[in-house]
Amino acid sequence: MSYEIIGITVLWLFLYGYLIVASVDFGAGFFAYYAKVTKKDHIINRLIARYLSPVWEVTNVFFVFFFVGVVGFFPDTAYYYGAALLVPGSIGIILLAIRGSFYAFENYGSKNSNVYMFLYGATGLFIPASLSVALTLSEGGFIVEEGGAVTLNYLDLFTSPLSWSIVGLAVVSVLFISATFLTFYASRANDHAALKLVRGYALFWSTPTIIAALTAFIFLGQHNERHFNNMMDLWWMLGLSVGFFMIAMLLLYAGKYYGLAFISVMLQFLFAFFAYGIGHYPFILDPYITIQHSATHESMGIALVIVFIAGLLLLVPSLILLMKLFLFDADYVRGKK
Amino acid sequence: MDLDPVLMSRLLTSLTLGFHIIFATLGVGMPLMISVAEFLGIKKKDTHYLMLARRWARGFVITVAIGVVTGTAIGLQLSLLWPNFMQVAGNVIALPLFMEVFAFFFEAIFLGIYLYTWDRFKKPFTHWLLTLPVVIGAGMSAVFITTVNGFMNTPEGFLLDNGHFAAVNPIAAMLNPATPTKVFHVLTTAYVTVAAILAAITAFMILKKKTSDYHKKALQLTMTLVLIFGILSVLAGDVSAKFLAEHQPEKLAAAEWHFETEAGADLIVFGWLNDAHEAIGEIRIPKFLSFLAHGDFNAEVIGLEEFPEDVRPPLWVHYMFDLMVMIGFTLVGISMLYLIFSRVKKWNEHHKGILSLIVLSGPLAMLAIEFGWIYAEEGRQPWILRGYMTVEEAATNSPYVGIMFILFLALYIVLGTLCVVILRKLFRNTPVEAELEKQYPTLEKGDTK
Ligand code: HDD
Ligand code: HEM
Ligand code: HEM
Repeated sequence: MSYEIIGITVLWLFLYGYLIVASVDFGAGFFAYYAKVTKKDHIINRLIARYLSPVWEVTNVFFVFFFVGVVGFFPDTAYYYGAALLVPGSIGIILLAIRGSFYAFENYGSKNSNVYMFLYGATGLFIPASLSVALTLSEGGFIVEEGGAVTLNYLDLFTSPLSWSIVGLAVVSVLFISATFLTFYASRANDHAALKLVRGYALFWSTPTIIAALTAFIFLGQHNERHFNNMMDLWWMLGLSVGFFMIAMLLLYAGKYYGLAFISVMLQFLFAFFAYGIGHYPFILDPYITIQHSATHESMGIALVIVFIAGLLLLVPSLILLMKLFLFDADYVRGKK
Repeated sequence: MDLDPVLMSRLLTSLTLGFHIIFATLGVGMPLMISVAEFLGIKKKDTHYLMLARRWARGFVITVAIGVVTGTAIGLQLSLLWPNFMQVAGNVIALPLFMEVFAFFFEAIFLGIYLYTWDRFKKPFTHWLLTLPVVIGAGMSAVFITTVNGFMNTPEGFLLDNGHFAAVNPIAAMLNPATPTKVFHVLTTAYVTVAAILAAITAFMILKKKTSDYHKKALQLTMTLVLIFGILSVLAGDVSAKFLAEHQPEKLAAAEWHFETEAGADLIVFGWLNDAHEAIGEIRIPKFLSFLAHGDFNAEVIGLEEFPEDVRPPLWVHYMFDLMVMIGFTLVGISMLYLIFSRVKKWNEHHKGILSLIVLSGPLAMLAIEFGWIYAEEGRQPWILRGYMTVEEAATNSPYVGIMFILFLALYIVLGTLCVVILRKLFRNTPVEAELEKQYPTLEKGDTK
């Protein structure tokens, strides 16, 4: 495999990792706020805080890793996306900043402020919506280069059904992934009241997820036929994705094996995400950036891959330690530590 | 808004970096202070030091959060505001930026574990071990980002092949001539600054209330660290100047208003320039510039006249440089004064005057960080990549930068204010005495635990 293919595969894996951990985090923020509004916060907020407190910073690093890596492996992305994304990118940064810092303020500083809780819940939905714009842009047609200047065509973007369907998909997926995770976490904590509540959320958000996915897929077909056809050639991956969704639903309904249910949801998104990514090949930004032409110099590419492997050797054991202490230590989860 | 995108991009970058650097400096220095305090606590079996580590760590969580979000902002803004720079330089500096993220990742994981495992290990020593990866991770992220900044000042590790970078050697780019002195200076100044800020807070508490053993020990510890790292910072500043004299002489000459190349050059402190570009009202220290630049009072120092007008840095960086250096000596002076007073039995080191000076030293140190960076970045003008690309060529041409500037300004005002408010609330609601009693109840009964 050439270094640029390794590079994009690694980056896509990291984006997938961010999709999962950030969804859990974003969705939890929304549920925490929703529970407060519906006066059920005493049931689940302790559970949410116990999981999120130790890991929120790690979530953010996944994202930083992705955008630093993309610019590193494919410097042209800085030129096109950087120039076009100034406004949506800045708004995304501000939302992320509000969320990250307010989380710390709320959790370690002043407890139970309504304003913080609201911001924490609202940003949980707005951030995925604004980040998903980058995926829409990559389909081409919105970023144009004329006379050496790169601009973003806002009117087209805001009137495109594709962009709205992707936003919708992002938001409901966040809620679905998060609810399934919390179901699993509540069952580990043997917290029956919380379990009942979040299992309800998970079941509720499953149907909109599959509908939004289909809608986005149909609009993708209208906007970028090449990408749509490529994905159709990967029908087996899409099939596996739907299959894992079914398994997750069955387990949730049956009220058993919640860990397995969450893993199925992860696999559901893994296959869909990779079918989408592979179908995108060879473009990073249709039609300006392709993986082959925009890759960095070979010596840099190889250095990055080496550092990446060395970094993983360092990080994977540390991450396992983190998970052992906070995710799989039954006493901690139950609040005894 | 019809403002020049280049100017607005510069302003927005300065704003974000100027804000981030405060929290970044705390992020580099705090882990070391926490680690030292916890180590002393375990070693001496002294609960006061353990409580110091706990309380510092609790405050640190808040500042880390702002460090992380502003760092994420600057990381993205580099691509959003300087797309041309990142497209070209990304080929050469991607490696340290990538490694920086790994360092953060490593630090973040262990910081998370550290904060939530205070009483989960049988041996307290095991918990202390967790500080090491945090200290190393924070230090390494400073090292990596500083190599990037070094590269912008003295670019190396590539060949230029009609406008494109070819034959890239990422390791050589990281180990550019600016890296060793910059890394040394950035690390030592981060440590001295954080020690000074913690000392200032402690001195403030002693001034306000009565003195307690807890506060006295904290002051003694932090002031010792200020002295050690203060001396190291000045030393590192001196080698930085020697590096400039050799590799970036126009930056040093601008800071010193040194226009003509000459041997035995005088050091000019403060003053102002008249129309004929002569310094007036200055303090002149004979031959000291030659010493600062080359370690020899009679060495020749290159003047600004040897550089074309359009690549000379602005001359106001002189004040930035002088203020930074002055603060450096002040910090060393204050910490020496305190330590001498605490050694001599008859003298009282908790005298109002000394404590007030210590309170002042915290903000001064942080100001020196800001002045130092403004000097380093302004002194590189007009280049973004010295000798290859100017700031003007690198900027975005988007017309919306002005609005974004206002948005970010508002964001930083909110974050900065809330940070102070929350930190005050956090510590006021749980005074040390109450917490000591709660965490280590045996202490009251006179047991040594
Ligand atoms: C507490 C902060 C602090 C203190 C007391 C000092 N410095 Fe400093 N200085 C910095 C904080 C700093 C910095 C923020 O860390 C800089 C900005 C860029 C850099 O590499 O470090 C810096 C840059 C910097 C540079 C430019 C390096 C370059 O651009 O490559 C020189 C020549 C000096 N310093 C010299 C000194 C001297 C001679 C000092 C003697 C007292 C001194 N500094 C004290
Ligand atoms: C490491 C800590 C750094 C700090 C605190 C810092 C600080 C600053 C400041 C205060 C300015 C404003 C100068 C002006 O008014 O023109 C500036 C400019 C700038 N810096 Fe740095 N800098 C740092 C490192 C870096 C690094 C690592 C990069 C890039 C990878 C960078 C890129 C820039 C750019 C693009 C500008 C705008 C050009 C200019 O206006 O000078 N800086 N920086
Ligand atoms: C010498 C100057 C700088 C130092 C010492 C420094 C150090 C730090 C520290 C300590 C943090 C907090 C992370 C933590 O505590 O876990 C941080 C965050 C961050 N910094 Fe800076 N920084 C500097 C300048 C810059 C510049 C110029 C950039 C842009 C390229 C940058 C990019 C980042 C990013 C992306 C983060 C967030 C990483 C995360 O999500 O954990 N830093 N930095």
